[in-house]
Amino acid sequence: MKTFQLTRPKDSAQAIAAAAKSKTAQQGAEIRFIAGGTTLIDLMKLNVETPQSLVDVNRLPMDKIEATPDGGLTIGAVVRNSDLAWHPLVRKNYAVLSEAILSGATVQIRNMATTAGNLLQRTRCMYFRDTAMPCNKREPGSGCGAINGMNRGLAILGTSEHCIATNPSDMNVAMAALEATVHVRGGKGERAIPIADFHVLPGNTPQRETVLEPGDLITHVTLPPPAPGNRSLYLKLRDRASYEFALASAAVVITAANGKIARARIALGGVGTKPWRSTEAEAELAGQPATEATFRKAADVAVRDAKAQSQNGFKVDLAQRCLTHALSTVVA
Amino acid sequence: MTSTDLKDAIPVSLRVNGKKYDLRIDPRTSLLDCLREHIHLTGSKKGCDHGQCGACTVHINGRRQLSCLSFAALHEGDEITTIEGIGQPEKLHPMQAAFVKCDAYQCGYCTSGQIMSAVALLKEPCGSDDAEVKEFMSGNICRCGAYPNIVAAIQRVRQGAQPG
Repeated sequence: MKTFQLTRPKDSAQAIAAAAKSKTAQQGAEIRFIAGGTTLIDLMKLNVETPQSLVDVNRLPMDKIEATPDGGLTIGAVVRNSDLAWHPLVRKNYAVLSEAILSGATVQIRNMATTAGNLLQRTRCMYFRDTAMPCNKREPGSGCGAINGMNRGLAILGTSEHCIATNPSDMNVAMAALEATVHVRGGKGERAIPIADFHVLPGNTPQRETVLEPGDLITHVTLPPPAPGNRSLYLKLRDRASYEFALASAAVVITAANGKIARARIALGGVGTKPWRSTEAEAELAGQPATEATFRKAADVAVRDAKAQSQNGFKVDLAQRCLTHALSTVVA
Repeated sequence: MTSTDLKDAIPVSLRVNGKKYDLRIDPRTSLLDCLREHIHLTGSKKGCDHGQCGACTVHINGRRQLSCLSFAALHEGDEITTIEGIGQPEKLHPMQAAFVKCDAYQCGYCTSGQIMSAVALLKEPCGSDDAEVKEFMSGNICRCGAYPNIVAAIQRVRQGAQPG
């Protein structure tokens, strides 16, 4: 591990000023915020992340979960994943978020990992994690070892010829289906970024994963009020029953009445280069009878643009079955 | 070379098992290495050093966390508890006694981490059946495969069995 300086800012203004000196907030950042550290420290040990400076944001007052006046929820950036998953308001109004978080990692890691850190969780692609291998995300221009390599766990949606790395988060998938907003404070003031716009596709610049700029500090995430009468589910399919990343997952939030679907919010995990909201599948479901045939059609549409690699073609079918099963379960 | 000779060492004060330690350490020092190499509490074990095995589990402010995936310098002001703070050979924690009673280990390398998780689990929203216990314990890997007896030991304590 490369050595670094550790700074402990007194407030968010100091934290932002310290981090704003970095040339990038993306891969290769010389200055990083650190909270739970469960991704960053792991990657520092592998020399995939080599920051010269760490800014400790653990003690900043961003650790609250509060109801908003409109009936939504505000979640502080350093709220631990465990506290978010078990919070009574989350259990009651956003069960899909609780289920998603509890399906990921382990109790110890969820006790450490934070909301903002999970939003910024890095891919588990083994080529990204191994500095002996080519990886356009870690080292732009070095090539992609995963294409035609070991790509069984990697993405089928949102890929490019430069990168097929999967976004590994479960929480992000639920956040996408719940239409969360990420609130950022930076040198240029405050911004509210819909989660659909927060993560970016790899394209020609896979080293860039989010819209964050140097100094941008995620302060909190907000959730809109829950859709009245909605039913939701997070279904995660994986190689082991616990402590494993998704091969495919689906977060579904459905409002149905009289056998018809009034409103659907759909996001897929384990298959996309970013948390994969499928507005196409949602449109396919809206106004349709809540039947297996409808669900299959929506699942077809959700993976219509899938591009399979040499080892992960099974994910196209798996993602469809995952979504169909989640929808059938939730309206049963 | 001792840690105090390092030019980049920083002062860090930690509270471990109720005792305060004033140290000078390299900022890269993981909490696990700090506990083992600087404070000489070697009960917490290094298995994978990447947050995948749970052998390094300690309690921070009463909650179980992985000491290998954190820097010691991030824990000033925290109350850290290691296996040494849970019980001693002459005065075992009921969970330690249950692990002995149930033969919940073979080589013993993962055991302190297992026990730290198991003690924390007693205060967590874990359902009563074995499947729930297995899920809550999935962050602690046992290479010897003592899992059935680990679950039995935890259930024994949860069901209020007396030691012995």
